[in-house]
Amino acid sequence: MSAMTREETQALIQEVLEVYPEKARKDRAKHLAVNDPTLEQSKQCITSNRKSQPGVMTIRGCAYAGSRGVVWGPVKDMVHISHGPVGCGAYSRGGRRNYYVGHTGVDSFATINFTSDFQEKDIVFGGDKKLDKLIDEINELFPLVKGISVQSECPIGLIGDDIEAVSKKKAKDIKKPVIPVRCEGFRGVSQSLGHHIANDALRDWVLPNRDGDSKFESTPYDVAILGDYNIGGDAWSNRILLEEMGLRVVAMWTGDGTLPELELSSKVKLNLVMCYRSINYITRHMEEKYGIPWMEYNFFGPTKIAESLRKIAAFFDETIQANAEKVIAKYQAEYEAVIAKYRPRLEGKKVMLYVGGLRPRHIVGAYEDLGMEVIGTGYEFAHNDDYDRTLKEMDNATLLYDDVTGYELEEFVKRLKPDLIGSGVKEKYIFQKMGIPFRQMHSWDYSGPYHGYDGFAIFARDMDMTVNNPCWDKLRAPWQKTA
Amino acid sequence: MAMRQCAIYGKGGIGKSTTTQNLVAGLAELGKKVMIVGCDPKADSTRLILHSKAQDTIMQMAADAGSVEDLELEDVMAVGYGGIKCVESGGPEPGVGCAGRGVITAINFLEEEGAYEEDLDFVFYDVLGDVVCGGFAMPIRENKAQEIYIVVSGEMMAMFAANNIAKGICKYASSGSVRLAGLICNSRNTAREDELIIELARQLGTQMIHFVPRDNVVQRAEIRRMTVIEYDPKAKQADEYRALAQKIIDNKLFVVPTPISMDELEDLLMKFGILEGEDESIVGKTAAEEAAAAA
Repeated sequence: MSAMTREETQALIQEVLEVYPEKARKDRAKHLAVNDPTLEQSKQCITSNRKSQPGVMTIRGCAYAGSRGVVWGPVKDMVHISHGPVGCGAYSRGGRRNYYVGHTGVDSFATINFTSDFQEKDIVFGGDKKLDKLIDEINELFPLVKGISVQSECPIGLIGDDIEAVSKKKAKDIKKPVIPVRCEGFRGVSQSLGHHIANDALRDWVLPNRDGDSKFESTPYDVAILGDYNIGGDAWSNRILLEEMGLRVVAMWTGDGTLPELELSSKVKLNLVMCYRSINYITRHMEEKYGIPWMEYNFFGPTKIAESLRKIAAFFDETIQANAEKVIAKYQAEYEAVIAKYRPRLEGKKVMLYVGGLRPRHIVGAYEDLGMEVIGTGYEFAHNDDYDRTLKEMDNATLLYDDVTGYELEEFVKRLKPDLIGSGVKEKYIFQKMGIPFRQMHSWDYSGPYHGYDGFAIFARDMDMTVNNPCWDKLRAPWQKTA
Repeated sequence: MAMRQCAIYGKGGIGKSTTTQNLVAGLAELGKKVMIVGCDPKADSTRLILHSKAQDTIMQMAADAGSVEDLELEDVMAVGYGGIKCVESGGPEPGVGCAGRGVITAINFLEEEGAYEEDLDFVFYDVLGDVVCGGFAMPIRENKAQEIYIVVSGEMMAMFAANNIAKGICKYASSGSVRLAGLICNSRNTAREDELIIELARQLGTQMIHFVPRDNVVQRAEIRRMTVIEYDPKAKQADEYRALAQKIIDNKLFVVPTPISMDELEDLLMKFGILEGEDESIVGKTAAEEAAAAA
């Protein structure tokens, strides 16, 4: 149980809201809630996916970030052109740590920034000719490139360039897929719309490429992983568990992914969804068009891993089900040793999370495996179906905050005094300076993987070395310390 | 005397470029030093002064050279009849790119290169028909044109456009020194046109600075890519443009306009018989329905 009662948590929210002018207060009140696990639907307590209030510090990204950075970026054998001025691509390059195997610049391109580098003349006269030429140059310089996506930055939408026409023409010229993505940053309220737009582009320009092509030899155990972007190698520690239980992973969307893998996904038997928020659109489409069922799963921490492995196995035959048990048994000694080592050091520690896509609910189980308690959580860009899935994961009377502002998060932290905060780089130094242990939970703070049994060992070690780091005791000079 | 910067607006096809070049020729004849800045991707604001088809534009030359920073002022400026300095901002073909940004880039370039620092009496901006985005409002933003002349005729749409432009001026007048300086009536020979425009000007809080009658000599000069003043200085029409030029020199009436409502404009048009009274009973009725009702 949470340390606070429902009334106390509600009073805290009211107190924090107090400083806002009336209009902002009314709006922000809808985004802050006291968790009630008995509720069936989150819309009864929280509002999400709305425009942020002007004047507050929001942590959100833009539609371009959602498409270029999240969904398309990890597809390694394609070149993703940041179409527009140079900054959007340059400042987001490599930031998400989606690992891949391959020879960068030869057959893989994920960490290279390709941009059309718009100048005044491209704005005034349009960038279509430049895009045409750029695609030829890419194809000539990098002949092993499998396809090209055109990721629109804001000016493309403002000046109305016809990137679809250019893409169609160039796809014929170079005989490879060229995919226009209308992910202009000003669209929508957060990066979330960018995910949706990226999914739609995959639906329209990639998935149908193998329709009517029966050359692919299927097995009854073909699955695709969706929404694992291989941050710090997550998708690999995720994939081996599925393979060990006898499934064949045909595609990884989109971590360490390739264009041919994406195209083959229309042939699998089951779609396994890690980050629901960013990829559910395409799984729903595949269910409708190809009849492929989809299932969410969670590979953070041994409890959720076992739960998920059994849930996935239940979809297949008894062999797979028996294999799932074998996999769990195989790793049991390993994860029990991890728990035995770290749980005593972390037991009872309180955590607050504020992250994106799936983590504000998915990691809760992993913390609980280590005896820790998540007392507050929230999403940058969730919709209400994400909060529906969150209510049950969190204890009664814990705090939920949607699109939390810099001010609110700081105030909540001051009052709730967590032992650990998991959020992004923008929050990191503020809270560290406040003397609170902090982990970046977007990039795993340059560590990882955290998925799967292998990841859990690293996760536990990282949390321990952060929470129990001796530096936190050194923030006050000895003579300032009171007894 | 300080340099006066004037912008000419008005509905597309009303004769802004022709009127501007003819009146500027009149100013030059009176010894004034003038520069014309064409702010229209069509780049037809200086052809009568330069006897050319279309002047090379700033944006086109910038695109050819690589960027606008690669250009020099003398590359983009041409001198024509009466020592009139001419530049065209230029811009994209219809349907691509952003013409508004072209105007902004071009005017910024002229400022940075010191085009305005020379000993000029007048700068005239000849702006594309409809103020479609912020780019085309560039000439009336702070520190640019202070005087706006709207070319108008007695036709309904021209007057609608004039009223809309007045609204645009109001927006910038509150934050800067831009003022409406008058309506120039470029006659289409509609009934009681002069009275109508005088009344419209009164309601907008300004004046009809001159009534330019319709005369075919304008077209005859134009096919020779000349102004009337140069082509046939003795023509009666040349005197009209001279009169307009003199009135602009003497003009002191610069106002924040008082744009009128749609209803007021319709009332005005009805008063002058341009618009019929509205018959609410026919709204939304197809021809077939009317025929059925009549039968």
